[in-house]
Amino acid sequence: MADGRPGMMLRRSLNLVELVARRVLDAIPTVLGIIVIDFILLRFVPGDAADAMAGESGAATAQTMAALRARFGLDLPAMEQLWRYLTNLAHLNLGISPRYNIEVATLIGERLPATLLLMLVAFVIAFTAGLLLGMLMTVYARRLPDRVAAGVSMLFYSIPSFWIALMLIVLFSVHLGWLPSGGTGLIGAAPRGLLETVLSKIRYMTLPALSLALAYVGIYARLTRTAMMEVRSQDYVRTAVAKGVAPFWVVLRHILRNALIPVTTVAGMHLGGMLGGAVVVETVYSWPGLGSLAFEAVVGRDFNVLLGILLMSSLVVIVVNIGVDLLHAWLDPRLNAG
Amino acid sequence: MFDVTRRQFGAGLGAVVLSATMAGNRAEAQGVSRRGGTLTMALPTEPPTLVSLTTTAQSAVILSAKVTEGLLTYDFDLNPQPQLATAWSMTPDGLRYTFKLRQGVKWHDGHDFTSADVAFSLMLLKKVHPRGQSTFQNLENVETPDADTAVLVLSKPAPYLLTAMLAAESPIVARHIYEPSGDAVSANPNERAPIGTGPFMFKEWVHGSHAMYERNPSYWDPGKPYIDRFVARFMTDAAARSISLETGEVDIAGWSPVPLTDVKRLSQLPNLVIETRGNEYQNNLFYRIEFNTENKYFRDVRVRQAVAHAIDKRLVLRIVFLGYGVVANGPVSPNLKAFFDPDLPTNAYDPKFAEKLLDEAGLPRGANGIRFSVHQEAQMGAAADIAQYTKDALRRIGIDVTVRTEDISSYVRRLYTTREFDFSAQGSTQMFDPTVGTQRFYWSRNIHHGVPYSNGAAYASADADRALEAAAVEVDPARRKQDFFRFQQIVNTEVPAIGLVAQSQITIANRRVVNHTVTADGVSANYAEVYLNG
Repeated sequence: MADGRPGMMLRRSLNLVELVARRVLDAIPTVLGIIVIDFILLRFVPGDAADAMAGESGAATAQTMAALRARFGLDLPAMEQLWRYLTNLAHLNLGISPRYNIEVATLIGERLPATLLLMLVAFVIAFTAGLLLGMLMTVYARRLPDRVAAGVSMLFYSIPSFWIALMLIVLFSVHLGWLPSGGTGLIGAAPRGLLETVLSKIRYMTLPALSLALAYVGIYARLTRTAMMEVRSQDYVRTAVAKGVAPFWVVLRHILRNALIPVTTVAGMHLGGMLGGAVVVETVYSWPGLGSLAFEAVVGRDFNVLLGILLMSSLVVIVVNIGVDLLHAWLDPRLNAG
Repeated sequence: MFDVTRRQFGAGLGAVVLSATMAGNRAEAQGVSRRGGTLTMALPTEPPTLVSLTTTAQSAVILSAKVTEGLLTYDFDLNPQPQLATAWSMTPDGLRYTFKLRQGVKWHDGHDFTSADVAFSLMLLKKVHPRGQSTFQNLENVETPDADTAVLVLSKPAPYLLTAMLAAESPIVARHIYEPSGDAVSANPNERAPIGTGPFMFKEWVHGSHAMYERNPSYWDPGKPYIDRFVARFMTDAAARSISLETGEVDIAGWSPVPLTDVKRLSQLPNLVIETRGNEYQNNLFYRIEFNTENKYFRDVRVRQAVAHAIDKRLVLRIVFLGYGVVANGPVSPNLKAFFDPDLPTNAYDPKFAEKLLDEAGLPRGANGIRFSVHQEAQMGAAADIAQYTKDALRRIGIDVTVRTEDISSYVRRLYTTREFDFSAQGSTQMFDPTVGTQRFYWSRNIHHGVPYSNGAAYASADADRALEAAAVEVDPARRKQDFFRFQQIVNTEVPAIGLVAQSQITIANRRVVNHTVTADGVSANYAEVYLNG
């Protein structure tokens, strides 16, 4: 008891290290499994990169197709291809894209920042707006603002993102002419200075990020409302109100903090899933990210690239999950004990 | 801002000079007013390479010629015009072609362009180009008596060869750059950062976003190109292309870049113009129905004829293509006026006759009114719409059709490798000559399993083979035409495929873009002539 506080702190941080280490170790067979399953699934897709390139050309010769297959090992038995891929991977080599003749790692490296930026901005928008809307709905539960907010969030949730994307373009680019309809910046004219760079990024970022975020706003708002409503009826909340805590702090410290556990769990899963949504949004906005690369890789049967992206996104999911676990440990120390 | 001022100043200057002096100064004055600006083009896909050497993917074909030129270019009637070659002649037997090359031309890296580059490029095309193996099959070697002369020596005549010298089809690349890479042509860095002789120099390729080119200040045609910069943006979404043309973020897009339902609306916008020329060389977007003649029903010529008589091509043109195109009759596009047989017997729309043919073939309607069931393959897009129409049309004569819509790789794998198909709806390119573009679909020696866009019908007719083989080496244009007429008649009788519609190629451009379509290759031209107004 005498050395209680520092001892607790030490044990807690040791627990955290242990937690992270355990999660990372758990991740290794998961990642390996993901690669093998992805690889096997892709075997079932008809056609290979040689077919795709010949089809796209509208002409081909047997010799050039055979040469392409031989160069990238597409003519080897499936097991041998898998073994080759895993061996390369053990050397941290993701292989070469048959379509572009570039290292897959380079291709992904070029596109990853654009997607991460888009996902993070969209996520921050969705989470903040969803949380605020959810709090609003709880405070005004079963009154008009709650009903309106519920309707709006339901609407955003059910509209497909490509339609939202196109409608945003029609409104803001075609009719109002305020924002560009696609791309990541003015091509060939580098913005001058930091301020202009940031402003230009925001201009090009706004519509894609909103399109990606809007569907999630609805989910988080409703989740937050449900969780907060449940917490609100707990005894300790009544106690807090009874002992005279200001309503604002009751909502923030006592209700919201506990309600965050289910919301962050779902949000963590969404962060990985957002990559899927990014495929659509990036295509509509010609956003040069991983989503559009994944789409092109499927169409072009560029499986080295696709496997690389799948591997990358599984790593992102694992990292996010660890992050969420850490967050939970901070939000609710009791979870750590278990 | 500065650009506009300069151009306005230039235009004003032009007016003064014109009024003050005679027309002699006109070219120079316009030269001043035409210079400057950035042209932005939308492409539907990202090209695998920036040179159309190992690929003929449409995006690569469009971009290639901006940097990498050819020996000749062609007017809308496919008459050759000089590009890297200034004069050319052929011996009467059609076995030797002599090209006089333009002097003083330099590669973008400063090396001299010589006949050695031409010889190297043509022999390389023969080896690695998707169509090169057939186009240049009779090319034995290229002699280079001096640096400005290239002599093509053929084993047999190749009457289409003089039309095959377009930059986008037979690009002339630098020997000193490609020779070191040997057979690994597609791994050569030049494929991604090309060096050519053309009006534009490669600047950057940002994957997933765009490719950018800068004006070549020491281009061999002084004063050209007019524009400072050419940007090609990769925009996979058709609606996005449509919108950016409307907002002016993109200046031009070719090859029917937007859904046909959007064309009318866009054509009514004050800032956009529609151009349908520029497909004379490639004759792309030619749609056919192709039968698997090994199928147990379609093996019978009467069944294939019945299908031909059950399809109303004018209706296909109207409902699938909204009238943008012409009805095709037979295997050769009516747009290939030098080769198309206008008196070809048509398999006219006549469902009653079609039913009669099916009865004769021993395929009566069953209890449910169905004679037999087949699958039709179609790639996504217009071909899938054709297949949906076919399903409806054939249901009326008692054939039950299930449509399978697939992406390009699944489609070619099924048609050419696994061969699990009954018949298909297909868009293809006809090119400038039937020996180059059409023969491959009908020649029995081109039944190559595993090779896309070969003779997928597995059609084997000794008569058709003879006609095609005669036309391939016939030097006399009139007799060659007769060979092709005979071929078209045979195909329209035996019906291994049904020609449906030659769709119009539509280029949509901002009104400020001038001279974007001046030759038979349309948006795939080198763009030395393009300039921007205002």
